[in-house]
Amino acid sequence: MKNFLFLFRSDFSSTAKRSPEEMQNNTKMWMDWIGGIAAQNKLADRGNRLEQTGKVVRPNNVVTDGPFTEIKETLGGYTVVQASSLEEAAELAQGCPILAFGGNVEIREISVL
Amino acid sequence: MEDKELLPHLFRTEYSKITAVLCKLLGFEHLDVAEDIASETFLSASELWGLKGLPENPAAWLYTVAKNKAKNHLKHRAVFQQKVSVQLSQAATSEVPELDLSARNIKDSQLQMMFAVCHPAISLESQIGLALRVLCGFGIEEIADAFLTSKDTINKRLLRAKEKLREENIAIAFPAAAEISNRLEAVLRTLYLLFNEGYFSASHDHSLRKDLCLEAMRLTFLLTEYEATNTPAVNALIALMSFQASRFEARTNASGDTVLYDDQDTSLWDDDLVQQGEHFLNLASKGTVASKYHYEAGIAYWHTIKADTPEKWENILQLYNQLLTVEYSPVAALNRTYALSRANGKEAALQEAKKLSLNDHYQYHLLLGELYAGVDNRAARSSLEKAFALSHSAADKKVIDQKIQQLTETD
Repeated sequence: MKNFLFLFRSDFSSTAKRSPEEMQNNTKMWMDWIGGIAAQNKLADRGNRLEQTGKVVRPNNVVTDGPFTEIKETLGGYTVVQASSLEEAAELAQGCPILAFGGNVEIREISVL
Repeated sequence: MEDKELLPHLFRTEYSKITAVLCKLLGFEHLDVAEDIASETFLSASELWGLKGLPENPAAWLYTVAKNKAKNHLKHRAVFQQKVSVQLSQAATSEVPELDLSARNIKDSQLQMMFAVCHPAISLESQIGLALRVLCGFGIEEIADAFLTSKDTINKRLLRAKEKLREENIAIAFPAAAEISNRLEAVLRTLYLLFNEGYFSASHDHSLRKDLCLEAMRLTFLLTEYEATNTPAVNALIALMSFQASRFEARTNASGDTVLYDDQDTSLWDDDLVQQGEHFLNLASKGTVASKYHYEAGIAYWHTIKADTPEKWENILQLYNQLLTVEYSPVAALNRTYALSRANGKEAALQEAKKLSLNDHYQYHLLLGELYAGVDNRAARSSLEKAFALSHSAADKKVIDQKIQQLTETD
């Protein structure tokens, strides 16, 4: 079994407008999806959500707010799963709630040093 | 209490205390001696009380006799050390230490024994066996019954465990403060398994199973009486045990057969234990870290709610989702899928169930039988037949057979 990183990207600027009910329903969808992976014993690290604000440090002491100046799509969180292949990991990403909101899951194998 | 019931009762309550105190005094390497002295004390009681009648204070009588026997033993040991091994060691002493049988020392000794017995140097099975023997005063035969194995196996297992603890020089003492949280985790796991052994055991001896559960609760409760061990996880574990135990009487019928959750007579559920569970669950919520016992206690709490609402199953589902992200177990995976069927419907649960690689578990096929029932009765039937073939205990086979009969009737 290898570990794969799931990176969740989406246009998170629209999420702020959600009602509490929508947010609760959203949490449920995420937990049902994560719980489904955990029930297959394929969850390595539940991961975390990432705050939307941040800073980027560039050469020559250039520090800017937010990693997202040009693109609308931002990184919203990550999870680590266990799978025997990239294909199987992609299979696990099916049903991720972010897909229903126009976002995507980037899957990268974690290569251990 | 009837006279003839008194001695077995005292054996259950006092044997382990006497053993713990003696063992603390003599050191773990003399656990056998401690057990012998405790046993001899009860032997004397059974002989003398039968002839002369009960003493005024039977428990105090036992302590006095145990104390005297221990003093004699120590005197002999001192004589041996002075006269025989004096050439070997100059450090021999003739002083006989006083045996402290105060309530405080009894409690301390039991708690310290708990940490010694749950030492990572010995296997989990042995930890539970030793806990039953020296902390709960169970007989070898009862332990063998609880584990569905032979007395011989248990004897060997305990002997090996005691030798190991002796070799490793395990002290009967509180672990250092920095070590407590690690060691406490092992203690909780043992108590949790001890309780489960009683609650889910296939053994048919109802009173034995109940005793196992009560002993596990008593020992867990003991942990709440010390500041260093009165942690949120400990409180969550008692809450879990209380909620589970509240359904104890409803889980079997008059002929000793298993009654499934949905078919239980809820008037047999014990409200006092439910309240006790709620009390400890409140205390458990004071920390910042949720242990697996918190999630399991939460699940058990929702099971004490009699009304069958969507909210109930939704909450149970979410708690299973959380539990599984903390620790995977096949049983939790199966239960989570069942909760999913109650919260989101059978179709959604069937899809998820097919992803579980648990083909060797009879409970997996039992779950499939449940999920297919009413959706695809032919598939339900074949799943239940697989479950029947894979199950081991007669009690499980009976439950599965009943489900097959029900399915045939509705067809």
